[in-house]
Amino acid sequence: MSKEAILGAIRRGLKRGPLPADQRAMLEGRLATHPRHLIPQRSRLPRPEQVTLFVKNVEKEFGTVARVASAAEVPGAVADYLAQQNLAPRFVLAPNDELTGLPWSEKPLLEFEARRAQPTDTVSVQHGFAAIAETGTLMLPSDPQRPTTLNLLAETEIVVLRASRIVGAYEEAWDRLRAERTDPVTGGFMPRNVMLVTGPSRSADIEQTLELGAHGPRRLHIVLVDDDPAALPEA
Amino acid sequence: MVQITSPAFKQNAARALADAGLQKALGKAKGAFLQRRAEAVARLPEFEELRNIGRDIKNHTLANLDFYLETFAANVERAGGKVHWCSTADEARAAVLEICRQAGAKTVTKGKSMISEEIALNDHLEKNGVTPVETDLGEYIIQLRKEHPSHIIAPAFHLNREDWEADFRRMHTDLPADRVFNERRDILAEARTKLRQRFIAADVGITGANFLIAETGSSVIVTNEGNGDLTQTLPRVHIALASIEKVVPTLEDATSLLRLLARSATGQDFSVYTTFSTGGRRPGDLDGPEEYHVVLIDNGRSNMIGSEFQEMLRCIRCAACMNHCPVYGATGGHAYGWVYPGPMGSVLTPALVGVDKAGLLPNASTFCGKCESVCPMKIPLPNMMRHWREREFERHLTPATVRSNLALWAWVAQRPGLYRFATKMAVGTLRLLAQGKGALRSMPFAGGWTQGRDLPVPEGGTFMDRYAKMQRGR
Repeated sequence: MSKEAILGAIRRGLKRGPLPADQRAMLEGRLATHPRHLIPQRSRLPRPEQVTLFVKNVEKEFGTVARVASAAEVPGAVADYLAQQNLAPRFVLAPNDELTGLPWSEKPLLEFEARRAQPTDTVSVQHGFAAIAETGTLMLPSDPQRPTTLNLLAETEIVVLRASRIVGAYEEAWDRLRAERTDPVTGGFMPRNVMLVTGPSRSADIEQTLELGAHGPRRLHIVLVDDDPAALPEA
Repeated sequence: MVQITSPAFKQNAARALADAGLQKALGKAKGAFLQRRAEAVARLPEFEELRNIGRDIKNHTLANLDFYLETFAANVERAGGKVHWCSTADEARAAVLEICRQAGAKTVTKGKSMISEEIALNDHLEKNGVTPVETDLGEYIIQLRKEHPSHIIAPAFHLNREDWEADFRRMHTDLPADRVFNERRDILAEARTKLRQRFIAADVGITGANFLIAETGSSVIVTNEGNGDLTQTLPRVHIALASIEKVVPTLEDATSLLRLLARSATGQDFSVYTTFSTGGRRPGDLDGPEEYHVVLIDNGRSNMIGSEFQEMLRCIRCAACMNHCPVYGATGGHAYGWVYPGPMGSVLTPALVGVDKAGLLPNASTFCGKCESVCPMKIPLPNMMRHWREREFERHLTPATVRSNLALWAWVAQRPGLYRFATKMAVGTLRLLAQGKGALRSMPFAGGWTQGRDLPVPEGGTFMDRYAKMQRGR
């Protein structure tokens, strides 16, 4: 069988048999503790500056950000953005409790359905699980309330993100996932899919020249809800 | 396997140097990669330290590769996925075809994957009635042109905008023939529209993997276009193709390597989409594939473990080595004659297809060392090319003229008086021939060598002359 052949060839190369129990235990310990390596200094900042760094990095990667003071202002921010971009006030919404519970009825012109995305959808509104200031990256794990297709099929993706969910480095976002999620199949924390998204889709395959709008969204807009008093910009 | 033309490297290179379109494309693209990488590295002061960390993570993994592969496979299965262990390209092709047949697949979409090129998967699928559709923009045009990628992260590195426009007009015959491509983005928009229909229709999606994570049983892809994500999200079945050295222990290990990958490759701080796939659709999920398969491929790599080429298995396929290589910059990727071009290809190709076929590749290097200096995994590429030259010599694969000239040089070099006299004569003759200029455009008896480049003329005396002068001056 090929599995045995491959493992056998590796062990011959390493000039040993299967690992002895004590060494296996050591490696299993490393997996269980999953030690961090060096974390770059750039995101080791006080909270307000960490959020500012996140916004700056999103904008550097051609995304846009609108900050609102409370969740109640999200429908207004979405309506404003769609109007600015000359887009029809219609979207597919992540069927997420935090999002479906927003006061959408205050903006009666907005039409939406809470479901997965279809190829005909032009705008999606997704729920941000966490975000990483280091590079302006969103962490979007799949689950019944956060379908993956919302990140891919619409030309315009809007992500609603609470400022308290912004961390400095990727490792801190992994820690949140480890702590907050239990997978129904594995009992571990990894869902079927975790997307780390940094800006809208792009390609440089034609003459190594960057063009936005490849197969994923052409626009990525983040509505940032300032729910974290410690992260507010200093007056 | 892909047909190999590496034995004809010299003719391939000569043809590449005379190809005006290729030289134009190379000239345009080369500088951009170097500048973007340099800027990205300058923005991260810890980059050098991260290179050491990256090297150590991979070394640790390779020293325990059996353990981490078994752990990975167990965790894929815990998440409801299936791992197909394949020793050879044949086995891998058969495994993929069988999954496609079980799924009743007519078309499969594909994300960019070099291992798919290595096992020549597309030909095999086509022959067996399954239509593969490449969805990465560069891979898409390469497939339209029935070519192979000329670069591991920018498959259409060798093409100019005019080529794109001509090929799209030729192949997309349902669109008005007189349509205008004002901008590059018009080409991109046409590909987006064409491929969107393919994404929706596909029965199976096949991607590669930049990393496999033992801890979670995940495969990771890194893209900018989003094509890989559409490929692995929309069809009912997702197949991830991965070679055995892609595994790393934990998410934290992968994260450290990801900090190096995009910066070394495209000069981005992070790619647009870095996606971790673990098993199939969970209860209650509204989208995503129902089946998740990992086709785990050896194809010669386990033989590199314990050899002087083991360190090559640290490679994360960023392409920094080829982007900085003067030989790649002059010939482009196709001249190398197989799947992997540039310095990493010059080391890997002989290991995977044999030094008898690929022996010219490690010889096509000046050992300038730029590749090793930019490699995020600190792979000693020139040293390993030297090992291949030694093996080639030991196996008597080196051409007779090279062997006799080497023997002559060795004979002279072992006679110091004669060696000093000969080098002194050579320096004098070259300076005489140059008539005060800094370089010779042609050389008697070495026309082949000077045809492609100028020979710099020695500026001072011989090394021994200068050494003697320095000693006197002390």
